[in-house]
Amino acid sequence: MAQIRVEALDKSFGTFHAVKSASFTVEDGQFLCLLGPSGCGKTTTLRMIAGLELPTAGTIRLGGEDVTMRRASARDIAFVFQLFALYPHMNVRHNIGFPLKCEGVGAAERNRRVTEAARILRISHLLDRSVSGLAGGDRQRVALGRAIVRQPKCFLMDEPLGALDTEMREDMIDELRALHDRLGATTVYVTHDQLEAMAMADVIAVMNQGHVEQVASPRDIYDRPASLFVADFIGSPPMNFLPFRGSLAMGTQAIRLGEREVTIPVTREALAEGDLVLGVRPEHVRFSDRGMVRGEVYGVEYLGTTQIITVTTRYGALKARTPASMPFRTGENVGLDFRADTISIFDKQSGRAIRTGLHEGGPHG
Amino acid sequence: MAEVEIRAVSKSFNKSPAVNDLSLTIQDGEFVALLGPTGAGKTTTLRLIAGLEAPDSGSIHIGGRDMTREAPADRDVAFVFQQYSLYPHLTVFENMAFALRAPGRRQPEAIIRTKVEEVARLLHIETKLHNKATQLSGGQMQRVAIGRALVRAPSIYLMDEPLSSLDAKLRGEMRLELKRIQTDVGATILYVTHDQTEAMTMASRIGVIEAGRLIQIGTPREIYENPINAYVAARLGQPAINLLPAHLFAGIPCGVETIGARTEHLTIAQDGTGVPATVKRIEHLGDQSHLHLDLAGQPVVTLSDPDAGLGAGDIVSLNLNNPLLFDADGERVAA
Repeated sequence: MAQIRVEALDKSFGTFHAVKSASFTVEDGQFLCLLGPSGCGKTTTLRMIAGLELPTAGTIRLGGEDVTMRRASARDIAFVFQLFALYPHMNVRHNIGFPLKCEGVGAAERNRRVTEAARILRISHLLDRSVSGLAGGDRQRVALGRAIVRQPKCFLMDEPLGALDTEMREDMIDELRALHDRLGATTVYVTHDQLEAMAMADVIAVMNQGHVEQVASPRDIYDRPASLFVADFIGSPPMNFLPFRGSLAMGTQAIRLGEREVTIPVTREALAEGDLVLGVRPEHVRFSDRGMVRGEVYGVEYLGTTQIITVTTRYGALKARTPASMPFRTGENVGLDFRADTISIFDKQSGRAIRTGLHEGGPHG
Repeated sequence: MAEVEIRAVSKSFNKSPAVNDLSLTIQDGEFVALLGPTGAGKTTTLRLIAGLEAPDSGSIHIGGRDMTREAPADRDVAFVFQQYSLYPHLTVFENMAFALRAPGRRQPEAIIRTKVEEVARLLHIETKLHNKATQLSGGQMQRVAIGRALVRAPSIYLMDEPLSSLDAKLRGEMRLELKRIQTDVGATILYVTHDQTEAMTMASRIGVIEAGRLIQIGTPREIYENPINAYVAARLGQPAINLLPAHLFAGIPCGVETIGARTEHLTIAQDGTGVPATVKRIEHLGDQSHLHLDLAGQPVVTLSDPDAGLGAGDIVSLNLNNPLLFDADGERVAA
């Protein structure tokens, strides 16, 4: 097992700049998710780590060794693809054992490792079945089995659950994380699905248009987004944004939003007058008759335990998550307040989060 | 728009029943979602109504008329498929206008233009109207496919997982918009999905379907709060309902085999007043934190208050308040 270190990685395809100076480190045994929308450069980054693409610039270190220009087969990694390509004419046992056969591993050792991989993935009962009759989840387990038997230094996975339907995906998320906990292999996992990333990753690297926007724990990514992009991409529904104009002095604890003062985490930097954005998560919006932002209920989405209320305001549509027991009517006039210690402030121009007390101390809700 | 009624419809493929004695009435202006896993018979039900399949028995009535033997084109339904199929050589406008220009239903061009532009605005594709369909992203193409149905005013819209290919953010927006559009124009919609959030947030009533049978139908709140059996209970709720052996708790009425406990049925305390459970881990999913507990070997997942200060290894006590009760067959037992 090994640390993966990616430093100032760049990749251009002709005039298209796919990856722009990406840097991050995956510690030995860590599970890192590369998360971003399609076209953000996450798969290209993964393919460079695997050796399936050569970077235009930058270095990749595996366990301290520079492998940037080394062939894929000499990197001791296993790649799991979104579209699990299994050999249809082979049964499960032969599919899983195939990489070992290619490496010239003897039959007895091969059998031992295939049996062990099948046990870990709970598909021992399927070993002699043909792969063509298997359900999606089981096919993906076989594909994982083929990666596990090689006992590589690290796993690289490209949306391995993308082809499964919702219920199967939720089961597989739990399974993959449990598998990681058992094997302890350094893993880089590419996905556009934030739920997968939040549920599985130790560390998430959010990518946007070739840039790594933030590398942090799922909790920090959610609670302390480094940019407008991250705040908008993570969360379902995403963070609410209220644009305003103003300046920030160092140590400020309030901003002016319209006619009202809004308490925010204390600022740790000063900013000249400009366009700013206040960001607040739906679960930190509260209803209050004397609330500082007024609006009209546009839609109520019942979710069982909770509900999402969409309110149209002068700042645009804002969403609040509340217990499902609170009654709301469409068209109703309501007032909103925000939980002060959770508020993010962004510079609209650069999209960057302003440093405040939010970025200090322990986690909050 | 019109009322649609399915009476005791059955359909088998190669002797395996896909839809089994299913009866369902969709009222004029109602949004009904059929919720169930892959292979439950949801799509077949839609196809039977559309006339793309013929039932083995039973009948289908649209606006009071028996349509069971009518051709699809004569049924006045609009179908939105999961896999959008647009005409690649036509623009977005032409794709959306296509059905309105069809022989026999042809409408004046001025009306077509107004209608297409109005629907394009609702779907946020008004700036793409003159693009070729192939120049769009997947999400935009799916909206065109929905738009192509919305420009018509059929008796019923039949929608087969129309949002499943969209990304999470767009899906969230489209849920709200689709519901809004449906309410505004008073459309009748039968919507098939395996996504509980879509069913819960958009439907006036949800029909839960399993192995070709309609198990329960009711408002989202009825289905969520008052499921008739453990299968239905497990379809809705995030985290999923905990189905626990009754013997783990004291004072459970006789005949009850399984306790169905959602987050709101569980009180977590640290005062030793209830059944002890061990905290395994707390999963921070952003908007929700899931508390994973071990209760005498049974996993329990509930929403946790992020400020509760619990950590792995802590012992908590669980108390039930008005949980759902099920018998040995998984049927609901009155509390």
